[in-house]
Amino acid sequence: MGSHKPTGISRWLFTTNHKDIGTMYLWFSFIMFLTGGAFALGIRLELFQPGLQFWDPNTFNSLTTMHGLIMVFGAVMPAFVGLANWLIPMQIGAPDMALPRMNNWSFWILPFAFGLLLSSFFLPGGAPNFGWTFYAPLSTKFGPPSTDFFIFGVHLMGISSIMGAINVIVTVFNMRAPGMTLMKMPMFVWTWVITAFLLIMVMPVLAGAVTMMLTDRHFGTSFFDAAGGGDPVMFQHIFWFFGHPEVYIMILPAFGIASHIIPTFSRKPLFGYSSMVYATASIAFLSFIVWAHHMFTVGMPVVGELYFMIATMIIAVPTGVKIFNWVATMWQGSLTFETPMLFALAFVILFTLGGVSGVMLAMTPVDKQYHDTYFVVAHFHYVLFPGAIFGTIAAVYYWLPKWVGNMYNETLGKVHFWLSIIFVNLTFFPMHFSGLAGMQRRVPDYNMMFEDFNRMSSIGALGLGLTQLLFFYIVVQCVRGGTGKATGEVWEGAEGLEFTHLPSPAPYHSFDEAPEVK
Amino acid sequence: MSNEKDQKIVFKLIGLTVLMSVFTFAMVPLYDLFCEITGINGKIVDQALYQESEIDKEREITVEFVTSIKRGMPWEFNTQTKKVVVHPGELNEVMFFARNKSGYAITGQAIPSVTPGKASLYLNKTECFCFDQQTLKAGETIDMPMRFYLDPDIPDDIHTITMYYALFNASPDNDSSVAQK
Repeated sequence: MGSHKPTGISRWLFTTNHKDIGTMYLWFSFIMFLTGGAFALGIRLELFQPGLQFWDPNTFNSLTTMHGLIMVFGAVMPAFVGLANWLIPMQIGAPDMALPRMNNWSFWILPFAFGLLLSSFFLPGGAPNFGWTFYAPLSTKFGPPSTDFFIFGVHLMGISSIMGAINVIVTVFNMRAPGMTLMKMPMFVWTWVITAFLLIMVMPVLAGAVTMMLTDRHFGTSFFDAAGGGDPVMFQHIFWFFGHPEVYIMILPAFGIASHIIPTFSRKPLFGYSSMVYATASIAFLSFIVWAHHMFTVGMPVVGELYFMIATMIIAVPTGVKIFNWVATMWQGSLTFETPMLFALAFVILFTLGGVSGVMLAMTPVDKQYHDTYFVVAHFHYVLFPGAIFGTIAAVYYWLPKWVGNMYNETLGKVHFWLSIIFVNLTFFPMHFSGLAGMQRRVPDYNMMFEDFNRMSSIGALGLGLTQLLFFYIVVQCVRGGTGKATGEVWEGAEGLEFTHLPSPAPYHSFDEAPEVK
Repeated sequence: MSNEKDQKIVFKLIGLTVLMSVFTFAMVPLYDLFCEITGINGKIVDQALYQESEIDKEREITVEFVTSIKRGMPWEFNTQTKKVVVHPGELNEVMFFARNKSGYAITGQAIPSVTPGKASLYLNKTECFCFDQQTLKAGETIDMPMRFYLDPDIPDDIHTITMYYALFNASPDNDSSVAQK
């Protein structure tokens, strides 16, 4: 197959190549990461000291809302789709994704979706200000006019995610190399297939929820309006039926990534492969039946609270299986600590910490105290930043030499890691304490007693944000030549078709001829 | 789409997407049904007929009444009785009153709610203003009766029931659903 790609901008506009599309997804998510990060710094600026300094409360609410929406839908999810595009065809021995044109479309929807969402800052009434969970009636009756931009933005993102998920499933089901049975698939592929099923099952629920909001706002229905016989609590049930699987959508691919990196740098095969697969599938199944643990304070009957509490705690079992497997993989291995391994290790430790605070939150009586405090903020930032984002960063360091053919600067990579690990803990750890002492989320002002903790968090946030610019520099430097050529294997003894069967950089069409998998 | 094998899976997955969309909207009636059967969220929608049964003179249950007026509703709405002590099985009547303080006609709709939620399964209303809407002319006042009785099977651990009425503006031209100024 000759190389016949158009050049310039049309290469990117019309491309159907999984690598080009993966690259666009990754850069898009990085831009969104910096945008959402800028909003976070706006929040931390206001919270640096008590009282109101920089924003009026409504703008502060817009910042928290947009920070959440941009990070969830614009940064973490597209980053994982980008990694899926780059890696799945290479890991299963396929030339490209199964549905390349749809692939192009699902990417190019995103800039429009987020353009729509971000433009709402310039509308009268300001950007959406009801939190990323957009509870009715705050978002229906009392939402600003820009809420409709938000609704259509969510519709577009939903379409994009569903198409991306369909593409992954079709590719994995139909394009695996001969000999690669389901139980021989790499863990990243497995976690992504499961994620894709979660996406297909819950994105329509989110789309349905925002559609109900739209008709409540403009077409006289009352799904969530008590005056017309609707029920605002039902909104929370529908939202969290989407929302809980969504949090696993944002972490399962990172589980897959850790399951590649840890064996490579431990020089041992992954411990308990099949239990990893079953654990991932169990987590995905359980994620559908625990949603109301987000709403213990709505006034549920005790039986309901007990059920959701126990079901939630059961998730710790398959998650624990995964963590023990990673630790067992490292046990008696000959470990080296290159940058991807450092990030993967930090992922395992800090994600576990976020998981432990999750078990605390699962306890109904305790949750009634923690609900809507900074303890919850600390919990989900520990599973998202050192979880999902460290996972993504680890993946980029691990596979970037394979993608571009050059090694990144290892010293700078280690500097990036150490600064990140210090600042991520400086930012989020104090939130546990302020939350336990009663500091509420989403409020621009706070009691004087929380000032020290908030100063630490704000300083940490600034450092954490600036450190990620170093990541940008390292990646650009690596693309432009880095510190020399990478070998085909890249890492000593790395397993997987992308390392054993492809040169670095990987060719434009990954596998022209399917490799044989024994 | 490259081949038939792909198409088959794509159609199945699109089918799953459609199914989940249908399921989302099906959650609305299912949710109401679930709440009605279990009495979880204290909704009472249907009018009951009074059935003569033995009045349990031994038990006394306090029933409290709370009202509130929702945004964009220039009415006065209250109850003359804040609290009554009743015996399960006996028919009781409580009077509510409403006055339209504005200079134009408005239609109101009261939405009831009961705490604790499970009490709603044993609370029967034979007459309630919340079953219909009320239209009051400018300055008009109305007295509204509400009759109810408690099922003698009401669980022993219920000693106090709170009945709450939220009054909404249900005029067709009401603009309160638009964002606040």
